[in-house]
Amino acid sequence: MRGNVIIAGIGHTAFGKLPGRSTVSLNIEACRNALADAGIEKDAVDALLVKPPTSNPQFMYGQSLAEAMGMQPRVGGAWDQGGAANISLIAFAAMAIEHGQCEIALVCYADNPRTGSRHAYEKAWGDDAAYGWFGVPAGYAMLARRHMEEFGTTSDQLGAIAVAIRRHGAANPAAQLRKPLTLAQYRESPWVVDPLRRDDCCLVSDGAAAVVLMSAQRAKALGVRKPVPILGFGQGQSSWDVGQRPDLTRTGAEISGATALKMAGLRPSDIDVAQIYDCFTITVLMTLEAYGFAAHGQGGPFCADGRLEIGGELPVNTAGGLLSETGMPGLQLVVEGVRQMRGEANLQVQDARTCIVSNQGGIMHTHSTLILGEAA
Amino acid sequence: MSPAEDMVDATFPAPQPGPAAAPYWRALDEGRLVFQRCTACGNAWLPGRTECPRCLAPAAHWETASGNARLVSWVVYHHGYHEYYATRLPYTVAVVELAEGPRLISNVIGDANGLRIDMPLKLVIQREAGVALARFAPG
Ligand SMILES: [Zn+2]
Repeated sequence: MRGNVIIAGIGHTAFGKLPGRSTVSLNIEACRNALADAGIEKDAVDALLVKPPTSNPQFMYGQSLAEAMGMQPRVGGAWDQGGAANISLIAFAAMAIEHGQCEIALVCYADNPRTGSRHAYEKAWGDDAAYGWFGVPAGYAMLARRHMEEFGTTSDQLGAIAVAIRRHGAANPAAQLRKPLTLAQYRESPWVVDPLRRDDCCLVSDGAAAVVLMSAQRAKALGVRKPVPILGFGQGQSSWDVGQRPDLTRTGAEISGATALKMAGLRPSDIDVAQIYDCFTITVLMTLEAYGFAAHGQGGPFCADGRLEIGGELPVNTAGGLLSETGMPGLQLVVEGVRQMRGEANLQVQDARTCIVSNQGGIMHTHSTLILGEAA
Repeated sequence: MSPAEDMVDATFPAPQPGPAAAPYWRALDEGRLVFQRCTACGNAWLPGRTECPRCLAPAAHWETASGNARLVSWVVYHHGYHEYYATRLPYTVAVVELAEGPRLISNVIGDANGLRIDMPLKLVIQREAGVALARFAPG
């Protein structure tokens, strides 16, 4: 099914503080923008798939959203996989379209932890709270320490990731954080949970994004402008908590990336630009290793020396990622991938024909990969 | 341990184990670190569960750990996510692997600067706000 399904439209809200807006309202705004971008009427959509809001999970959220949008879709609902759910839902929609279960799908996500509750990101880990084990950053710090001690990965190498992505965010007029970062400033950044500093951690943001999917054939018939083909996708779930995982430096991103690359018929060296889930700098490093851009354990040197910056060998998170465009988990990375493949990105990678996008959730508990091709 | 540290503190995030984990915390309170072993396949694990995660058999018994372990990884908190631990910064949380195989979240006692991955650790049961915890020290 390589390339049979395309992304026809993208949309998002403003990012940052959006007080007084419900996640349903944010989702609707993003969907409205995505439908307008695709040139599609709402009534043509027959699948509505949504990643539930992380900070306020609700029973039957997908149905509440459908009602608010005046829709009774054939295929619809929410999928609980944390940040990986966005791409997993895109993959599900692509398979459903391919097999005649639906024709035009909206995939969307919204959350408001910035002005609502950020409890989901700071909560205790069950009975282990007795040991002071709290918060999402600590889980990633535990993975980072093992990587640093086992392979000699340095704080400066993590810093280089933050420097690259913040540079891209600073150039993005729509980014929540438009402040570039130097390595010297990174070194002065306070510890949150050692070995992670404040500047290793993503933003907390309100916002929403949405994409419209349909078959390439349908897009042609409708005259969709610059449809972006889906070349491959895959998943891999580490699933177990950090304290239980047999190897802290390997995750389901390996099988996820390998599945997506195989489906696309591509090797890592064929990828021109990457949008890698950067909830923390270590996540980018470990994901690039897992995808085969660097050997296992060699992600540190790979990420240094500007390789991830615009003009470098593998530009990453060209709109600023979770570290500076918006902290909302993941769908905006797909949106930027589509802009790159249309040749319309703010920091456009010259002649980019392939883009790999990663989404993941929990403490690398879940992973989903998407590969996009150049717009027709 | 100072007497003050042993006093019950209302802000302490005390464990609230369900039936599967209750024997673990009871044993710690009596001075023993225990883990579960499957009577069908011999697999050993923590935390307490009702089924073996390897063979799915609903049959396990509790065994007392030797107290020998190794350090898998550790972090040092400089941000307080909880009012009780916010007053104890900086503090260390670690992933520890028992010689018998099961892994657990714990604290390593002492100066974090001397820590290295895979170093041997020894069990030290300490009370925090009156609750017995399975902590470890290098050795
Ligand atoms: Zn068993």
